[in-house]
Amino acid sequence: MDAGIRFRIIKDRIFLGAVILFSFMLLLPLLLILYYIVVNGIGVINWEFLTSLPRPMGEMGGGIINSMVGTLMLVIVASLFAIPPGVFAGIYLAENKTGKLVNTVRMCVEILQGIPSIVIGIIAYAWIVVTMGTFSALSGGVALAIMMLPVIVRSTEETMKLIPDTLREASLALGVPYSRTVLKVIVPAGVTGILTGVLLGIARIAGETAPLLFTAFGSPFMNTNIFKPVDSLPLLIFNYATSPYPHWHNLAWGASFVLVVFVLGINFFAKMVARRWKVQF
Amino acid sequence: MESSVLTIEDFCAHFSGNQVVNDVSMNVEDKKVTALMGPSGCGKTTLLRCINRMHELIPGTGVSGTMKLHDDDLYSLNPIVVRKKIGMVFQRPNPFPTMSIYDNVIAGYTLNGIRIKRSEKDRIVEDALKKAALWNEVKERLHRKGSFLSGGQQQRLCIARALAMNPDIMLMDEPTSALDPKATAHIEELITALKKNVTILLVTHNIAQAGRVSDFTAFMYLGDLVEFGTTEKLFTVPEDKRTEEYLSGKFG
Amino acid sequence: MLCAHPHNVPTVPATRKTSAAVEKSMLPEKTNELKAHIIQYSSHIQHMLGKSIKGLINRDAGILREVIDNDEARANEIELTIDEMCTNLIAQFQPMAKELRTVLMIYNMNNSLERMGDHAVNISESALEVIKYPAIKPFIDIPRMSEIGTQMLEDAIQSFIDQDPLIARDVCRRDSIIDGLRDQVMRELITYMSGNPAIISYCLHVLRIAENLERIADLTTNICEDVIFIAQGRVVKHHLRNGESDTETK
Repeated sequence: MDAGIRFRIIKDRIFLGAVILFSFMLLLPLLLILYYIVVNGIGVINWEFLTSLPRPMGEMGGGIINSMVGTLMLVIVASLFAIPPGVFAGIYLAENKTGKLVNTVRMCVEILQGIPSIVIGIIAYAWIVVTMGTFSALSGGVALAIMMLPVIVRSTEETMKLIPDTLREASLALGVPYSRTVLKVIVPAGVTGILTGVLLGIARIAGETAPLLFTAFGSPFMNTNIFKPVDSLPLLIFNYATSPYPHWHNLAWGASFVLVVFVLGINFFAKMVARRWKVQF
Repeated sequence: MESSVLTIEDFCAHFSGNQVVNDVSMNVEDKKVTALMGPSGCGKTTLLRCINRMHELIPGTGVSGTMKLHDDDLYSLNPIVVRKKIGMVFQRPNPFPTMSIYDNVIAGYTLNGIRIKRSEKDRIVEDALKKAALWNEVKERLHRKGSFLSGGQQQRLCIARALAMNPDIMLMDEPTSALDPKATAHIEELITALKKNVTILLVTHNIAQAGRVSDFTAFMYLGDLVEFGTTEKLFTVPEDKRTEEYLSGKFG
Repeated sequence: MLCAHPHNVPTVPATRKTSAAVEKSMLPEKTNELKAHIIQYSSHIQHMLGKSIKGLINRDAGILREVIDNDEARANEIELTIDEMCTNLIAQFQPMAKELRTVLMIYNMNNSLERMGDHAVNISESALEVIKYPAIKPFIDIPRMSEIGTQMLEDAIQSFIDQDPLIARDVCRRDSIIDGLRDQVMRELITYMSGNPAIISYCLHVLRIAENLERIADLTTNICEDVIFIAQGRVVKHHLRNGESDTETK
């Protein structure tokens, strides 16, 4: 065999080896994270942990029920604020390829995506907390909604773009007006993609902490009123992990475990939805 | 031309300044199949799409001249109204993927918010599917989604959907290009049977198909209507040299 | 944007159709329609032939006039129709294999039948002259030729309907009988003519009738060769005469 060929085969193998190696290196941190969380958190999970309120500082026991409820509330509020404008904006961007307004909207969404989460938190503070005079789940929800918006707009737009023009034409050729075509034919065809986008948006914001620092603020009490401060899992983890109490550190691991399970669960669910309700064109 | 369904006079169409249809005049006969044939880029698809005003959905397009459907000027009516009178079948079968076969056929009514009794709906669906030669194959599975249908069956479903609206004329834009030969043969047989019920205007780039299926043929080249006549005459004694060359396969 | 020349207003040409508006349908139906037409044509030609000989034997000028004045025009009309049908069928449907051979051979048969019609007219014309004179002797050979010839044509058409090459071959073999009879008629007539110059005109017309009958038989064998080509794809032209065994031509 020619020496040149042999060299090329070796080069090829080295390259392949490097690709595999780096891919593995990528997996490593993820596996380590999951390992640590599971090992440290799973011991803390028990019925009391999941159903009781936190104890005052220093005392043993306590749970995270209010944080879980709080996270849920924030997610719901954020969704209510983010989904309608996000989906409609996504549809608008997908249906109109060019135009001044379209380009402006697109640019705004891109900028929004780049704003640091803590800055969004400060803005929400200035708009809502100061106006209302109190921290609240509402302000936290709004901050999270602003973060969720670009994700939903992007994924809706991409879904809509994937829907072939032929579908639109088929409906228009039947004499169906444009608005009805979009609402009754295009959107239903893309509902799976939109739903997936929403779920991914939720997964994204479920773990956000910075914007909640001065909006939802946190609270040791159970609260279901959106006009009052509310605790959330990331906030709890932040507070407990930076506290001097080892017991609270344990609780923080437990909460981390719960949060990771929640986020991974949503991601998994989103995948199932996408696969199960796949629309064939 | 007392039995003309569609009259086209001095019709021109352009895309942002590029003229693609030049001064076309022709009449489409009632209950006959008229084929529009020509090489790629000759303007036949554009002309077809101008009839049900799908052409104007693209920005920067414009038309001039007249098109009349049974004495109604198509360009003075609301496009929505025009499209309800005219059925269209596209190159790629495009049934609505989220709807069942039944809902697909009746979609022209439901999407337009036209309320009809259930029994009337059933009748329309059965009638349309029978005319499209699809009834026997799907009558047991009307309420399932059409994803199990083959390409040819999907195209017949699209034909049924258009027929359900009882159009004055059916426009077909290369309806068999995306189908295999057997499905193509079925659709051609269907077209031959359908013309008893409805006038058909068919765009095709397949010369042999135009010969087999149509009663009248129009040959277009570079936006001009070069020749129009009965298929028999056009295929045996064409008047224009360009038609002769196209038929012999010299170009296109 | 001025567009220059006015375009042709579409016309619906009145085509020579024998029946009312022909429905457009697919190839098999078109081919069957064509076959029906050619069979109808052959019937007409057989009729013409029969009338010519009958007019001769029965000395009926009326029937002979009919052949010349009416039947020929009709025969020509049918020939043109079938011609057009064949052309259109090939142009529009591009038949292949057996269907192609069928259409091409029907085109040939059309031609042969038209010429047979011309010969029948020739027979009638000569017959009109012949019946002006009293008979020299009763006609024996000519009626025999006509009988065999008519049967040959009948069988040839049957072989086309049945797509049966065996019948076709059989018909071709009978051609030699007709040839023999024509030779016999010629010898007889030469004898008469050399004996009596006054009847030369009469004899020449009788001879012309015999010649035309012989030509009709030849054309019938052409039809049979066409049938064999349709059925088997074998070209047997110019071979099946006088009982020769056929050899294949590639």
